[in-house]
This record gives sequence, C-alpha cells and structure tokens, in this order.
Amino acid sequence: MSTQDKVIAIIAEQAVLDPSDVTLDSTLEDLGIDSLGLVESIFAIEEEFDITIPFNANEPEQSDFDISNVAAIVTGIDKLIAEKG
Amino acid sequence: MKRVVITGAGTINALGHSVAETLTSMREGRCGIGELEFRDVDRLAIKIGGQVRDFEAEGRFNRQQMVLYDRFTQFTLVAAGQAIRQSGLEFTGDLAARSGVVLGTAGGGVSTWDDNYRSVYEDGKNRVHPFVVPKLMNNAAASHVSMEYNLKGPSFTVSTACASSNHAMAQAFQMVRSGMSPAMITGGSESMLCFGGVKAWEGLRVMSKDACRPFSANRNGMVQGEGAGIFVFEEYEHARARGAEILCEIAGYAMSSDAADIVMPSKQGAARAISGALRDARINADEVGYINAHGTGTAANDKTECAAVADVFGPHADNLMISSTKSMHGHLIGGTGAVELLACIMALRDGVVAPTIGYEEPDPECALDVVPNEAREAKVDVALSNAFAFGGLNAVLALKRV
Repeated sequence: MSTQDKVIAIIAEQAVLDPSDVTLDSTLEDLGIDSLGLVESIFAIEEEFDITIPFNANEPEQSDFDISNVAAIVTGIDKLIAEKG
Repeated sequence: MKRVVITGAGTINALGHSVAETLTSMREGRCGIGELEFRDVDRLAIKIGGQVRDFEAEGRFNRQQMVLYDRFTQFTLVAAGQAIRQSGLEFTGDLAARSGVVLGTAGGGVSTWDDNYRSVYEDGKNRVHPFVVPKLMNNAAASHVSMEYNLKGPSFTVSTACASSNHAMAQAFQMVRSGMSPAMITGGSESMLCFGGVKAWEGLRVMSKDACRPFSANRNGMVQGEGAGIFVFEEYEHARARGAEILCEIAGYAMSSDAADIVMPSKQGAARAISGALRDARINADEVGYINAHGTGTAANDKTECAAVADVFGPHADNLMISSTKSMHGHLIGGTGAVELLACIMALRDGVVAPTIGYEEPDPECALDVVPNEAREAKVDVALSNAFAFGGLNAVLALKRV
C-alpha cells in the first residue's frame, strides 16, 4: 500500500467510514473527526510509519505539520519519511 | 433529614454477571476463586483470585469506547446499567441537574498503567496511545457513568483503599439524606488482577496461596477479587411517589480513622465506626441481626474485627450473625464494600444470610456466629456492612428492611 492508501485507511477507520468515502481534498472536519480523534489518528500514523509528527494539540495552527486536508497530511508524512532516510 | 432507600442494584464479579446470579451463588455458598489467567502469571507466587470470567468487552462496547474504558470502567458501566435500569429512573431536567455519581476505587485503571509501563519499559517503545491518561484516571468510571446517563450534579471518586466503596456510599447517602440530591449513583469498582497488580500485593506477604478462609483458625491470608457493585440511592418520598421497588433503606453510617498504623488495624477505630453507625441510624445494638464483615482472612483483620464487634455489642454479639463473603468473591479492594452490600440486601429483603465458606477450624479469637459454610434463613431487620482500610480508614453502613 502507498502512503496515501495507508493514511486514508487510518483516517477512514477513525471516522468510521469506508476508505472510498475519504478523498484527498477531504478535511478532518468534513469527516467528523474531532480533536481527540485527530490525536488518535496522529498516534496511529506515527505507529504505522515509525515517525514522530511535530503536532501540539494546544496550537494546531502553529505546528510544523499541515492538517488542512488529507492531501496535506500525506505530503507531510512523505516528507517526514524522507527526512528519516 | 430525608430517608434514603436503594431502588436499583447492579454487579459483575467472580460470582456472577448480575445481582441475581451473585445472590444465587452466595446462597449456594459457591466459590468464585480459582486459577488466575493473564500474561506472566507463571512469574507470580500467588496464582489464585476471584477473576471475572467469560466477560467479553468487545461487542458490549464500540471501538471508540474500548480505547477509553479500562477494565474497571467496563465493570462499572455494566453494573451501573443494571442498577439504573432496575430503578426505572431517567435523568432529565431538575433530576439530572441535581443527581450525580460517587464511586470508590483504590487503583483505578491499574491494567492500563501495567500495559503501558510494559510497553515503554520492557518493549522499549517510545510512544503510548493518546488516551492513556483519561483511561487510567481514578475518576474515569464515575465520569463515564455521568456521561452515559446524563447525571449533571456532584460527581467524584473516593479512594480509601479497601474502604473506598463504603466511603463513597456513605458520601452519596449523606448527599441524599441532606436533600442536596434526589438520587445518587454510588458503589465502587476494582480491577487489579494483572501481573503488576498482583505482584504489588504479593510484596506485602498477606496473600493466601490456596483459599480465603475468614475467621477459620487455619486461615492464611486474603485473596484478591475484581468487579463492581453499583446502586441507586434515592430519597424515600421520591421513590414512593413514582412507585419504585425499594430494596432496603440506608439508615446511617459512620467513618473513623485509627490514627495509628499504615497497615495494622485497630480495634478501637473499628469499634468507633460500628457504634457510630448505630448512633447515626438511631438503632439499638440488639436490633442488629447481621453484619457483613470486612473479614479479609488475614490473621490481623479477623481477630481485630471480632474483638471490635464483641466490644460494641456486648452479650448481643453472640446472638447476631457475621459472615465474610470475601471467601466466595475475593477481596475487591476499592469495590469490595459495594459487592458485599448485596449480601446485606439479601439478608434484609430475602431473609437469607450469606455464609462464610472455607470455614474449617474454630478460632477462639473469632468466637462469633460466622455462618460457616452454609447460608441460613433468618428474618433480619437491621444489617451492617463493615469496611476497614489500610491506612486505618474505616466506614460502616447501617441498613434496614423496608
């Protein structure tokens, strides 16, 4: 599975949706994922890819990790995987 | 002051997954203690306990709930569901705004601590699930009951080791008696039967390797149990006005502190709690027909407790019955008083006194009628429930037949 497919699977599970209902331009809000759901998704993504996502739930906008939609999340993860080398 | 009655009861413990199953087991003198089953049990010296069997949390709770509910919370929600359903109460409007949840637990989410310590220390992981804190906190169970049933009044958790449930129920009683709340959900829950939980108790060297035999001369220690007991305490007129079934009345309580030793019990502290409960309930000592003992099966507790009862009741100590149901369900630590309250309800409502099973040899230091091995039919008008905790914190409840 590609990064994108894995991320969509994780987010779909969190949102209790079928992966086909999660698109690249879906926002977490569109998918009904609240702040606790977001932290849980980030945990699942970190576990899946063995990376550390710089995300602080107190100031999501200030974090160096774009969560504005699914595409941005996938791009951010690919970047972290590449940096890990 | 208002009168306070119990209009709902629920439980899950080693003797059953409901009040009916539990009382049947108590009546039959069945033992729920057996071989422990969990990871690394082979590294324990103590391998027995009153474990809840055949409990599948999956299926009862959805995925989102499962990540938030430690086993002690799962037990609480199962028991609370039974109790609230039996009471027939629905919490809306003013009733919801003034009713709350006071629960006891000694350890809270012990297996959540255990699993996650194992993960970071033993498995060397550097990341834990984001809900570890809300899952393990001692008030998690009380909070989830308040959320599930829309209870918006005062809610909190009481933690006084082995007396947690009795302190919690005494507090809930006080809140209803004073008129502060028309109904309170109360009781307690514990789930320490995991490697770390049992290992810690092993360290004290007060645990039995074979059985819990309270008051028997050959007793050799306590056996841990797990589970929950939850009740609906309701103001008497409120219950009567809606035609609710009343299980029994809570007539009074007392709490005392030994102010002496962190683990050794004191006869004076226990006696002050027992006599205080009688005074608070305006009950004469000779009206008491049954005492559900703290009766842990340790050398120290049982003889101290019997001496305290003899002191408070004088000659009447020989007329009353006193049994320890821990011989059957084990010691549920912070949840124990709640499950044991069921034995008091059975005595008052059904006229059946639960036995102390495993009783083999009389002990001259415990020379009371401990209802050995077989349940007994008797008309009981007043019952007491004793709880004496490590740290010397005692709480005794007095209950009456309605």
